[in-house]
Amino acid sequence: MDFLMGNIWLWGPITAVVIAAVITVNALVSVYLERKVSAWMQNRLGPMENGPQGIFQTLIDAVKLILKEDIIARGIDRPLFKMAPYIVFGASFAVFAVTPLAEGVSPADLDVGVFYVLAISSFVAVGIMMAGWSSNNKWSLYGALRGVAQAVSYEVPLSLAVLTVVMAAGSMSLQTVCVEQGGGFWNWNGLALHKNPFLVGSFLIYFIASLAEVNRTPFDLPEAESELVGGYHTEYSGMRFALFFLAEYANMLAAGILASVLFLGGWQPLLPALDFVPGPLWLFGKAYFFVVLQIWIRMTLPRLRVDQLMYVCWKVLVPGALAMLVLGGLWQLMIKG
Amino acid sequence: MQSMQGMQFAFGVVLMFMVMGLLIGIVALTLSSFIRPHNPTEQKLQIYECGEEPVGSPWMQFNNRFYTVALVFILFDVEVVFLFPWAVIFNDFIKQGLGAFIFAEMAVFVGILALGLVYAWAKGDLEWVRTRRFMKPAAARKGGVA
Repeated sequence: MDFLMGNIWLWGPITAVVIAAVITVNALVSVYLERKVSAWMQNRLGPMENGPQGIFQTLIDAVKLILKEDIIARGIDRPLFKMAPYIVFGASFAVFAVTPLAEGVSPADLDVGVFYVLAISSFVAVGIMMAGWSSNNKWSLYGALRGVAQAVSYEVPLSLAVLTVVMAAGSMSLQTVCVEQGGGFWNWNGLALHKNPFLVGSFLIYFIASLAEVNRTPFDLPEAESELVGGYHTEYSGMRFALFFLAEYANMLAAGILASVLFLGGWQPLLPALDFVPGPLWLFGKAYFFVVLQIWIRMTLPRLRVDQLMYVCWKVLVPGALAMLVLGGLWQLMIKG
Repeated sequence: MQSMQGMQFAFGVVLMFMVMGLLIGIVALTLSSFIRPHNPTEQKLQIYECGEEPVGSPWMQFNNRFYTVALVFILFDVEVVFLFPWAVIFNDFIKQGLGAFIFAEMAVFVGILALGLVYAWAKGDLEWVRTRRFMKPAAARKGGVA
């Protein structure tokens, strides 16, 4: 292991390939989960035809997407149109470089890990804008405008919520944030009322804002099917569309991973006695808890209107996050300091 | 806290991830280009507009509310960028007994920006649907019963 981790030409490509495999499998599993879980919640069966309980359905969908014609309509701004899926997918993929998989094991343990995640994930907004603008389509443009407005607005409460965790841990490295939460689930930031109760409020704000960041219901306005057809990817087909789709599910997982690292201890086991279970299992278990939660919320809540979207962000979450930051700092100063 | 890996190592791996992200896209599209059909027809190449012939250019004027949101976002994003280094050293300053000093500094900084938010709020820039004051019924404006 030390041999692997010491050599960048081995460690870099190996982790990149492993994470690429994880993301691909994640998309297959998440799409299947989403169909199955929503079906069960609505008292339906969901996919049943391909394989037992339809588990090969998404695999066959992937094959179908590869076989589909790549249509680039007339009047489209070709260079931007072709570049957009790469930027969206590349950015969502690069975020995973700092995932803390186990104690001392991350592909790249950046000292500015949290900051890196926030910075790179904002590139998705650039890609969305490029896709919508270049598509020469009214639905696409409006979907992209909404998507970008939403992504940039909700980045503010999201970053402020993350800031409170950085303040408590005293480091931006995701590994250190995990280490700080060791010793059982009562020490996890999102549950530790005795450590800093305002982090629990940040947890809630973070989760709501991350739903908006990854365009999930109730914040799925950029691709609201009933009003905007497909949103910013209306004109995309075949593999180019698949890249957007892959990026969306990668983003869901990334939001889940970041939430579990910052607020639920990352690779830390539930109890100290359970540390024989490997770290990645804990991390992905927690991350998938958030993925299922996102699906559950999608099946429960209706979509917000644009004005409600802005109201929730600027008048509820941003003042709330600012209050959590100041009160959390005060708590740290008075009680712990 | 210093990480186990050196900075160049870590950022090298990050660069590899970025390259890998692009490679996945390129490989997927190239693979698909060998097996997918290519048969563009007149109808297929039309922009989708719910089965209608597209009318006018889509590159039209849009709600300038999006612009205001972007401006407020820049204000707050820059704030957050400045607060991150502060958050990292906050604990160290508390340990040195300078906690109150550094906390007050943050409070002043956040306070000024919160004032900016209050200003935008009072001015109505955070309202998506803005009702113009002169459009309200006269009786309501004077405080009377309409």
